[in-house]
Amino acid sequence: MKLTLKIWRQPDAASKGAMHTYEVDEVTGDMSFLEMLDVLNEQLNVKGEDPVAFDSDCREGICGTCGLMINGQAHGPEVTTTCQLHMRSFNDGDEIVIEPWRSDAFPVIKDLVVDRGAFDRIIQAGGFISVNTGSAPEAHSVPVPREDATRAFDAATCIGCGACVAACPNGSAVLFMGAKITHLGELPQGQPERDDRVVSMVAQHDHEGFGGCTNIGECVAACPKEIPFDVISRLNWDLHQAMRHGH
Amino acid sequence: MAASGLLFIAFVLMHMYGNLKAFGGHDTYNAYAEHLRTFGEPILPREGLLWILRVALIAALVLHVYSAFALWHRSAKARTTKYVMKKNLASSLSSRTMRWGGVTILLFVVWHLINFTIGKVNVSGGSTNDPYNLLVDSFNSWWLTVIYLVAMLALGMHLQHGVWSAAQTLGLTNNARARRNAKSLGWILAVVIAGGFSLVPIFVLAGVISK
Repeated sequence: MKLTLKIWRQPDAASKGAMHTYEVDEVTGDMSFLEMLDVLNEQLNVKGEDPVAFDSDCREGICGTCGLMINGQAHGPEVTTTCQLHMRSFNDGDEIVIEPWRSDAFPVIKDLVVDRGAFDRIIQAGGFISVNTGSAPEAHSVPVPREDATRAFDAATCIGCGACVAACPNGSAVLFMGAKITHLGELPQGQPERDDRVVSMVAQHDHEGFGGCTNIGECVAACPKEIPFDVISRLNWDLHQAMRHGH
Repeated sequence: MAASGLLFIAFVLMHMYGNLKAFGGHDTYNAYAEHLRTFGEPILPREGLLWILRVALIAALVLHVYSAFALWHRSAKARTTKYVMKKNLASSLSSRTMRWGGVTILLFVVWHLINFTIGKVNVSGGSTNDPYNLLVDSFNSWWLTVIYLVAMLALGMHLQHGVWSAAQTLGLTNNARARRNAKSLGWILAVVIAGGFSLVPIFVLAGVISK
């Protein structure tokens, strides 16, 4: 199939970017979206032009590195990551608009690559459980109810891709943060730091310049891992509890 | 945002209920209006309860508007470069119109207070000292009725998203069922409150409620 691509090009963080139009031919339905961009870049290389920079790593939908705004939807029209989006979701002759995640907390490094260090700093602020080093503790010594384990696991599927922020009209990252807080807060190991965790993470989130949540729900629709809306409620609940406990 | 919103919900529910007294006729309606002023006497002075409510509502309004503009400001700063193309997939129209809808409701409230409380404006030129007659005169004017109905649409939309959003902000929707319930409650309150308020102007204009 033949496609017209409108892609955001920006040489570096300091420069002003603009949309550029490219034609790409001989795309097959079995190609992933990133392979389609590889085809375009091969064409650009042959012509001596600068290839389009985009992020990717595992290309199997589990690392969260890739992420593009495709035709106004984070990760494109399917509920999956950009690398697992296949060109069979598009038709011959389609025009595809490709942009980087738009968030001032995720500054553009080049073209479609953004710096998601803000997510790392939110995790560093409290998205962890402190354990002593040494041999692994006996797993059966801390029983976890099945329901809690399942919920924690579901929340833990968040890969930190940033699609929630990209899709949110407020540019908020609370779905990401709620996933981490639910994941750790549902488990016995997460209890000692539960109050500190939510307070520190929310403070870091606001410090990074993410917007405030108004429960619009675009994040949930964009999430390739289908993190449910209720993790945001869990975050709010934990924050209220922490405040009641004097934080 | 959520706490002040809950106070507003309680207020509009009571206000809507009081308005329905118009269906009872001139004396029922005016007796209710008078009773609001003597409520709690002699422990409270005349209009004591009304003033307590007014102070609480003004405080809630300040909080609500301050929070709204703080969120609006943060939102604007969080994405200074707009998308060339951005689709809305899951968000309701109500959720996306909370800000301008809220501004609409605020402007309406200012007019509404001038109309019936502070200024007492009778658009038909009639007297303003009789609450029931002022009500009937006002809604016999079709354009004023339209303004009120548009405002009630804005209020209904604001409630439909606001109720659910408040539940979420208060951390009460921690599973799929609670989420569905909160969204249903939003719809129910929106229809009951906005619908209940709309009945009186519509029935006045239709001539069912008359002097």
